[in-house]
Amino acid sequence: MRISKAWIVATKDMRVFLRKKYAIYSMILFPLLVSIGLPLVLLFVGARLSSTQLPIRMDAFSFFFLIGAASLPTVLASYSLVGEKIEKSLEPLLATPITDSELLLGKSIAAFIPPVGAIYISSVVFMVLANLVTHNTLGYSYFPNWTIGLILLLLAPLLAILAIEWSVIVSSRASDPRATQMQGLFVALPLLAIYVASEVGAISLDTKTLLIISGVILIADIILFFLSTKTFQREEILTKWT
Amino acid sequence: MITIESLTKKFGEVTAVEELTFQVKEGEVFGFLGPNGAGKTTTIRMLCCLISKTSGEATIGDYQIGKATDSVQIRKMIGLVPDNVGLYEDLTAFENLDFYGKLYECPEGRRRENIERFLKMLELWDRKDARAGSFSKGMKQKLALARALVHEPKILFMDEPTANLDPESAKTVRDFIIEVKKQGRTIFLNTHNLDEAQRICDRIGVIKTKLLTVGTPEQLRESLSKPKTEIRLAQVTEALVSALKKLIPNEIEVSDNKLIIDVTEPDKENPAIIAAIASAGGLIQEVTDLVPTLEDVYLQIVKETK
Repeated sequence: MRISKAWIVATKDMRVFLRKKYAIYSMILFPLLVSIGLPLVLLFVGARLSSTQLPIRMDAFSFFFLIGAASLPTVLASYSLVGEKIEKSLEPLLATPITDSELLLGKSIAAFIPPVGAIYISSVVFMVLANLVTHNTLGYSYFPNWTIGLILLLLAPLLAILAIEWSVIVSSRASDPRATQMQGLFVALPLLAIYVASEVGAISLDTKTLLIISGVILIADIILFFLSTKTFQREEILTKWT
Repeated sequence: MITIESLTKKFGEVTAVEELTFQVKEGEVFGFLGPNGAGKTTTIRMLCCLISKTSGEATIGDYQIGKATDSVQIRKMIGLVPDNVGLYEDLTAFENLDFYGKLYECPEGRRRENIERFLKMLELWDRKDARAGSFSKGMKQKLALARALVHEPKILFMDEPTANLDPESAKTVRDFIIEVKKQGRTIFLNTHNLDEAQRICDRIGVIKTKLLTVGTPEQLRESLSKPKTEIRLAQVTEALVSALKKLIPNEIEVSDNKLIIDVTEPDKENPAIIAAIASAGGLIQEVTDLVPTLEDVYLQIVKETK
C-alpha cells in the first residue's frame, strides 16, 4: 500500500469538503458549542457545586468530545463515499492505478483529520475556559488530566475510526449523504448512555472505566475494519453501490 | 495490443458477456456496437480491471486481466471515458485533471503541460478555474476526455462518448477522437452511433452478449448485404415486370414506381438490365446503386439473432 496515493485522495476529498457549506458548518458548530457552551454552563452552575462535585461534572463534560468524535466523521465520510456515488465518479476513479485499500485509506484520512483536528482545537479552548471559570472554586487548574488525556488521545481517535468504518458499511446501501449521517449517529448512542450513567452516578469515568471502554471500541474497530474492507471492493462498489 | 479469448462474464445466473474472442491491434480504433444490455460496458469494465471475468482470457499489452499483480500495470496503461462522466462537480476543471494526473503518477511538469494542451485542444482552457458543476453536458464530456488522456495512456476506452450530446459538441468530441487516433493511440469505442462508428473506426465488432461479427466497415457491408440497383421509372406496370423477369434472371422487388434489383456485379449487370427495361417498354428516369449502410448491416445482424 502506498500512503502517497491515499494522501492524494485524502487531499482531494478535503478540498471538496471545504466547498460544502454543510460539512464546514458541521465541523465548526459542534466544537464551538462544546468549547464555549460547556464552560459557560460551568460558570453558571459551577458556583452551586462543591469542589468534590465539580470535577465529576467536568469529567462528564469531557465526554462530549467523544460524542463529537463519533458523529462528526460520519458527516465527512458520508459526503466522501455517498458523494462519489451521487456524482458517479467511482468508475473513473477505480480505473486509475490505485488499490482498494489505498482508496479506502485516503477516504478514511479525509474523514478523520478535520473532525479530530476540530475536536483537539475545541478541547484546548474548552480546557482553558473551564480552568478559568472553575479555578476559584477548585483552587487549581483541573485540566489537563489523565481523564481528558485518555479521552482525547485514545478514545476519540478510536471512535472516529469506528464511525468511519460504520459509514463505509452504511454508505454501500445509501444514496443520500444525510441518510448515512443519520445511521452513523448510532455510533454515538452508546456514548450518550455512558454519559447519562456518569451524570446520575451509576458509573465513574475514571481511568479504569475509560480503558475498558477503549478496549471495547478497539475490538469493535477491528471487527468493523474487516467488514468495511469486505464491503469496499471495486467489483462490489461498481455493481452494487451504483 | 488487446487480445481476448473466450471471455465470459456472468452475474449470478445472468450471462452478460459470452465467449468473446477478438483482437485489437496497436493504433487501431475498434468500435464495439450493440443494443442496450448487449454487454458492451461489461466488456470495457473487465478490460479496465474494474470487474472480474468469470472465465476466458484477456491480455492488454503484456499484462493479463484478472491477475492481481497485472491489474495496476494495466490501469496505468489505459484511460477510461465512462458512460457517466463522473467529474467532481465542486472542483475546477484544472483540479479535476490535476487530481487524476497525480493518481496516474504523471510528473508535475508534464501533468501541467498536458492539462494545458488538452484543455486548449478541447476549447476549455479559458474555463480551467471554473467548477465542473457549472459546465454544460458537452463541456463535461470534453473534460472527461481530457481526464482520460492526462497521463497519455497507450489505450483509451470510451463508453458512448457522444451519447446525449448536441450535434456541435458531438462533432468536437469526434474530431478530438480522430486527433487522438493520429497520435497512434489504440482506441476501444463503445457506441450506439453507427454513423460515428463508420466515420471513426478501423474495425467494428457487433455484440449481443456474444460477438456476432467483426471486421472493417467495408467488410461488414460486403459480407452481409448484396448490392442492389434501384431504377426509377415513369410508371411500373405488371406487364413490364413480367416481361423483365423473362429477360433477366435477377431478383426484382417493386416499390411504387421503382424497381429494386439484386445484382452481384453492378458494373457488368446494370447495362443489360437497363437494355432489358428499355426493350420491355419501360421509361427510365434514374438509376442508382444502392450501397448498404452500416446501419443496414447492423440491423440485419441484430435481427438475425432474435
